[in-house]
Amino acid sequence: MSSERPDAAAVLSPQAARSFYEANARQRVRGLFDAGSVHEWLPPSQRIVSPHLEQLGQPRALDDGVMIGRATLAGRPVLFAAEEPGFMGGSVGEVHGAKLTGLLERAARDRPAAVVLLLDTGGVRLHEANAGLIAISEIQRAVFSARAAGVPVIVVSGGANGCYGGLGIVARCCDHIVMTEEGRLSVSGPEVIESQKGVEEFDAKDRALVWRTMGGKHRYLIGEADGFARDTMDDLRQAVAAFFDRPVPLTLEAVEREHAALGRRLERFGAAPDAVDIWSGLGVAEPRQLPLLDTEAFTALADRVKERGDV
Amino acid sequence: MSEARSPALALCDGLFPGGHDVRAEGLLLWGSGRTADGPVAVVGTREHAAIGVDLAHALAARVLQVVREHPGRPILMLVDTQGQQLSRRDELLGNGGYLAHLAKCFEVARSRGHRLLSLVYGEAVSGGFLALGMIADRTYALADAQIRVMALPAMARITQIPIEALQELCRSSAIFGPGVDNYARLGAVEAVWPRDALAEGLVQALRGPAGPDPRAALGRERGGRTLAHDVVQAVLQAA
Repeated sequence: MSSERPDAAAVLSPQAARSFYEANARQRVRGLFDAGSVHEWLPPSQRIVSPHLEQLGQPRALDDGVMIGRATLAGRPVLFAAEEPGFMGGSVGEVHGAKLTGLLERAARDRPAAVVLLLDTGGVRLHEANAGLIAISEIQRAVFSARAAGVPVIVVSGGANGCYGGLGIVARCCDHIVMTEEGRLSVSGPEVIESQKGVEEFDAKDRALVWRTMGGKHRYLIGEADGFARDTMDDLRQAVAAFFDRPVPLTLEAVEREHAALGRRLERFGAAPDAVDIWSGLGVAEPRQLPLLDTEAFTALADRVKERGDV
Repeated sequence: MSEARSPALALCDGLFPGGHDVRAEGLLLWGSGRTADGPVAVVGTREHAAIGVDLAHALAARVLQVVREHPGRPILMLVDTQGQQLSRRDELLGNGGYLAHLAKCFEVARSRGHRLLSLVYGEAVSGGFLALGMIADRTYALADAQIRVMALPAMARITQIPIEALQELCRSSAIFGPGVDNYARLGAVEAVWPRDALAEGLVQALRGPAGPDPRAALGRERGGRTLAHDVVQAVLQAA
């Protein structure tokens, strides 16, 4: 994923220019939110850990793989969660999931300017399978509670694990999704499809195929993601802040518009064999070159042709 | 009718002894039935349907139709799904968006006063169960239904934990293994409806509270999920 970044590093501080993708959860929180504003709830020192991993003789994390709390971003109060990419694939177990649910319920009660979810996950933690799946359903309900209270829930997907499984569905239940080129968003991951349906259905080792099917550029083009940013802390901060004060009320009219948009997508692209065919159908003149475009060139092109879910 | 009723329609006969017009359209089930407490809309799947972009969109269309044409009518989801459709095409088109859309349609129905109930009568698996079933105010199941994230042999393979160890854990904990009883202990299944008392189960459920998500508290009360509720409360109260 080495894209050329000629304009970034020269003008920004090392911290701001830093890669989100390469950072761990705590570095991401430090890099994205205002300096000195971060306050963590249920921090590692409280040792609220998974009892199920211990039973299985698996290593535990003192925050169960997710950091939650409050902070400010561009001076506005937000609640945040950051999944740790390096702990069990960012997976959702009982405690991890309950921290996310509690955060969203707290947002519904306290009404911050936004909730920012830095998701980086393979979905359900299989070691806690049932509890993980139920937790994801509870997170989904809590997202809807926060939205009903008028608090926009903004997802960032730009991490190594992507945003997969049940949280891939939950992400699309939120107000806005910001992706980087490196981010991925899907329900079933490439390995899962390959292991269940065979390599002819999906070759998980074909990284170009993975990125053009599930990656940030494709998701932004078909309207599955609302924002697209370069993989730096500063670009992502700006992309998230752009969605403050833009809650999307979950009304009958809104879901009817979405229904029509998703119906159009099926009609236009339901028979497309590959992302390249969809991009071509959208009016991208040289679709095979699209993965090579830098962020600026890509967004300039994408903003002319992308599918819109809100009109 | 010359041929035997399909299992799904026979189920509806039991749920609605006063009559129903539920029919199958491909893998989708749809219609309404009469209960002692008035009409109930039915939206569901059959034959272990995998829910991909087309089926999710078709189900959402039916939910929206109920909301438009029958404001406030309770909706019963009949769940028989092997999970989300595992295919390159569905992920290319954004199955997450379609499954989320289905969930959002149910949520809009809820916010406009529709009671949402679900009954797992076949299979209920992961992503399909999230969008159709667990989104309800209350989820019920038949005793012989199958609920799971993944079959135990596949879990053993992926976690690299011997299947014997997982089977042993299934006996002591509801967290790992498949099954209606485990999901009931964890608070995700409110109750099991006996096949000979389906109509009674439905009417009782219709008369129960809608309220906020009860599952974490229920899981704690039943001893299956000891931490979820307390962790949520700890986050709400954290200084």
